[in-house]
Amino acid sequence: MSAATPAPSPGLPAGSSSASRLPGTWAQALLLSRYQFRDYLRSRRFILMMSIVGVIGAIITLVLYHYNGAGLSGSADAFYGSLWGGGVYVVIIFSGIIFGGDAIAGEFQNKTGYFLMGLPIRRTSVYAGKFLAALAASLVATVFYLLILVANGAYYLGAGAVPLALLESFGIMLLYLLALLGAVFLFSSMFKNSLYAVLVVAVLFLFGFMIIVALVVGLVKTEPWFIIDYARGVISYPFDPVLPAHVMTSRTFGGGTTTSYNPTYPEGFAIMIGYFLLTAIAGLVLFEREEFT
Amino acid sequence: MAPSLEARSLTRRFGTFTALDHLDLKVEGSKCVGFLGPNGAGKTTALKMFTDLIFPTEGEAFVNGVSVQANRKSALSSCGVLIETPEIYGSLSPREALEMVGALRGMERSEVRARTDEVLAEVRMTEWADEKFGRFSKGMKQRVNIASTLLHDPEVLLLDEPSTGLDPRGVAEVRDIIRGLKQGRRLVFFSSHILSEVVDVCDEVALLNHGKLLFHDTLANVTGRFTSGVTEVDVEFLQPVPDDLVARSIRPIPGVESWARQDAQRLTLTIAGGPPVKSRVLEGLVGLKLGLVAFKESKNALEAVYLSQVTDGES
Repeated sequence: MSAATPAPSPGLPAGSSSASRLPGTWAQALLLSRYQFRDYLRSRRFILMMSIVGVIGAIITLVLYHYNGAGLSGSADAFYGSLWGGGVYVVIIFSGIIFGGDAIAGEFQNKTGYFLMGLPIRRTSVYAGKFLAALAASLVATVFYLLILVANGAYYLGAGAVPLALLESFGIMLLYLLALLGAVFLFSSMFKNSLYAVLVVAVLFLFGFMIIVALVVGLVKTEPWFIIDYARGVISYPFDPVLPAHVMTSRTFGGGTTTSYNPTYPEGFAIMIGYFLLTAIAGLVLFEREEFT
Repeated sequence: MAPSLEARSLTRRFGTFTALDHLDLKVEGSKCVGFLGPNGAGKTTALKMFTDLIFPTEGEAFVNGVSVQANRKSALSSCGVLIETPEIYGSLSPREALEMVGALRGMERSEVRARTDEVLAEVRMTEWADEKFGRFSKGMKQRVNIASTLLHDPEVLLLDEPSTGLDPRGVAEVRDIIRGLKQGRRLVFFSSHILSEVVDVCDEVALLNHGKLLFHDTLANVTGRFTSGVTEVDVEFLQPVPDDLVARSIRPIPGVESWARQDAQRLTLTIAGGPPVKSRVLEGLVGLKLGLVAFKESKNALEAVYLSQVTDGES
């Protein structure tokens, strides 16, 4: 550092960065997301996420190879319905945990928030920017998973055997990803400790919601329309020739009956959109009120 | 409009503890203001409310007349902020981090590039410009943080103990930077525990204790008001100075009120009067041709004020 800081640069008078030239709230969110996404791409967590997808992809590939694709040939819908429709949610949950779990909590714990919040930027921009970055990073992971499946599909079913339903299902998956990230960001906003945030999100999404759905259906015998986990069933619907019945009753060995539920399309969409809107707004409100003490 | 900072009845309570108690303070113009106080006095709390990191229980903070609480974005647009030791995303380099700051501030790309080179040179981080932030020491991180506060050439600088984490050389360099910043049309407001640093660079001081503002005035007025113009000066000679010589030659110099011996060659003189009197005493001592080698205040005047005003504030 030199002994004398130079006077303001020529053409750059002190205070020239007036409020008038500041980008808008959403422009700042996009700018921030670009740098946050760059940070994600270079981080260990990204390598971890891609490794998880790689391992899942490798297991699928090995199993398919072992059974020589038995039962899949000629049925692209069945192939993608089971492996994409029935499996992509695992990738989404992991990416939500890894990219979103500490997205907000980390700003407090790692003190990166002190850097960002000293800038003329609304908290909404910070929240939205980090959300967009987590969304983009999660999409990279899901696209990687998709590419593994497409490569396997091309091997067993032929290069052209990519059904249109995959595109529809990808769109629904995007909606589920938005809803999940909304919920993850809400939990992340509740904590100032990254570990707690990640743990809560992991437990809830990997086991918690599943158990709640089972309890609600099994004990209370009510449709679990309020659980995000329930809604993800619609991701595989585009591959089904006939949609599953909304309510299914079957006999048990003891002579009784059990009831299971499948979400309808409108229900699934409504749950996911509802989760996204409610959790994103609630998370933002919490972040707006959170203090950097 | 001159750069300004204002706190109007700014108050913050944490449960029953009042961290900041109705702070009314206005600083305006191109100057450097030192914000002093013991640990827990409320300095950081006040600075955090000036930057909207925490919210006031009562009152409001203004930067250049814009309420931080009502419009943080506009209020902080002409402000450079350094609170605690912030972290930057570990995989970004200083150049990328400053690029991000410039973009978020709406600066042109070419402007950001030029200023990035300037401010990184300023904090001596040019050779690390493209290394990852995560690999840096605390001191290096703080240099980059300082660079980021200077990037847009702010009118107002809010610095919370900017020397934190720096080695002695870094501390001296930060002091030089702050001193240099005063040359521009800027208001520099910084908290510090290092009184010599404040004396060195500040025009005004504000002293906080137990969340209350004890005073805010120019450095000269503060020291004049609280020390009654009496200072103690340590003097050292090449050779031993016997008592009779001191009584005969030094004590009669106008302005010397009393003296005390430290050892054969060193004395402590109590001088009544401001800088002109001290200057005359120094001239008198030199005129005695006793081989005067040192003449410095025993403790700086601000330290004396601080110690007299902050009685039980340490926590």
